Amino acid sequence: MTMYKTLHRWFHQFASPKYFYDISHAISRWLTIICIICFIAGLYGGLVLAPADYQQGDSFRIMYVHVPAAWMSLFIYMVMAISGGIGLIWHIKLAEIVAKSSAPIGATFTFLALVTGSIWGKPMWGTWWVWDARLTSELILLFLYLGYIALQSAFEDRRVAARAGAILALVGMVNIPIIHYSVEWWSTLHQGPTVTKLDKPSIHLSMLIPLLFMTVAFKTFYATSLLIRVRTEILKYECNTSWVKQLLRDYKNVTN
Amino acid sequence: MNEYLKIFFIILQRDLMLAFRNKAEFINPLMFFIIVIILFPLAFGSDSALLKQLTSGIIWITALLATCLSLESIFRSDFEDGSIEQLTLTRYPLTLLVSAKITAHWMIFGIPLIIIALLTGFVLSLPNQTMLALFITLLLGTPVLSLIGAITVALTIGLRGGMLLSLLILPLYMPVLIFSMLAVQNATLGQSIAAEIYFLAGILVLAMTLAPITTAAALRIRLS
Repeated sequence: MTMYKTLHRWFHQFASPKYFYDISHAISRWLTIICIICFIAGLYGGLVLAPADYQQGDSFRIMYVHVPAAWMSLFIYMVMAISGGIGLIWHIKLAEIVAKSSAPIGATFTFLALVTGSIWGKPMWGTWWVWDARLTSELILLFLYLGYIALQSAFEDRRVAARAGAILALVGMVNIPIIHYSVEWWSTLHQGPTVTKLDKPSIHLSMLIPLLFMTVAFKTFYATSLLIRVRTEILKYECNTSWVKQLLRDYKNVTN
Repeated sequence: MNEYLKIFFIILQRDLMLAFRNKAEFINPLMFFIIVIILFPLAFGSDSALLKQLTSGIIWITALLATCLSLESIFRSDFEDGSIEQLTLTRYPLTLLVSAKITAHWMIFGIPLIIIALLTGFVLSLPNQTMLALFITLLLGTPVLSLIGAITVALTIGLRGGMLLSLLILPLYMPVLIFSMLAVQNATLGQSIAAEIYFLAGILVLAMTLAPITTAAALRIRLS
């Protein structure tokens, strides 16, 4: 019980915008460093060290951007929907802000996955676009993101926008597996998964390790850019509170 | 329980009566449905073999578009004259009242749409098994359209511009479209359509369970 109480207090302290604003600066600095290191390691490993694929030649190397971006597109949607739901249920302002700030980043990753997939598809399949299962469901995901952003911007009141958006994101989350499998059975050309197989990945270790580095790099990049967006949003949300006004005064004094 | 059932039917009756008093509201989307179906032969030529292949797809896509146009009528007039606020203040669960309104929408829009679609298929002399598949998929699919649609309408009610509604709703409609078209295609080839029908039925049950709750939550947010 005491542990629960401690956890509860910690959760509320962490979720308070001011506390989060203060600590997130340090967190984002560390994340940026990890992100840069992983990016360099992943890109060097993927573009230089990893051997060319026996079938796809050098063009498989686009995988190191494409696959993490596609994973991120789904991951961010989950983050968006779950934190939206948390904001809806417990009225935690920070969760609403996280959901809102995730949407543009997620949409960008989805777009990146689609574009890199298209560039990969041209030499491999001989066409930029096919009505394949993965491609179509990823495209639908992009529209879900854009719909969420459009709905958010249609409201003037931030709180109403956040809660309406949360409902839409949750409905979309229920729909995502249905969309995914419906499209899968409808038509498929995309290659099967090679990393997430339960028994043994069918990808060679020298190709896998750079991919894992790139995944960590993408994750930390998302976290960093999310923190920057969240910090800006917190200032907008809380612009009438005394601590933000104090912050602005301090900032003015420093620049003067 | 009995009381809840009575309230359900009272709301249903009220909405049906309102629709029949204001006929344009529910006839216009159906007119739109017919006109768009007529446009396709004008665009693709009167090659009957080609048209026969496309007809069920045309009917389904047009049904989705017509639904987008008809959905606003579920809550719009109630939102404008404030009776939706009265509904949220009653001592009955909003979920129940909302499901009555969704049922009314399906009866006013879905059932005539199925009849018109079947008539169109009949006139274009679709084969029997295709007609049957079209009928079953529409019967299971159109309630899903009304149910999922109600959520987005509740979210966007009172906002400027109807475009937003279509933008939000069409991605959510895709599974219904995909399974229905798979069923129709399999039926045309003379294969079993049981798998797709079961899946559509599953989606319908899921939508019936969750959509009224979500719609009620969305309405409360919009009215808060």
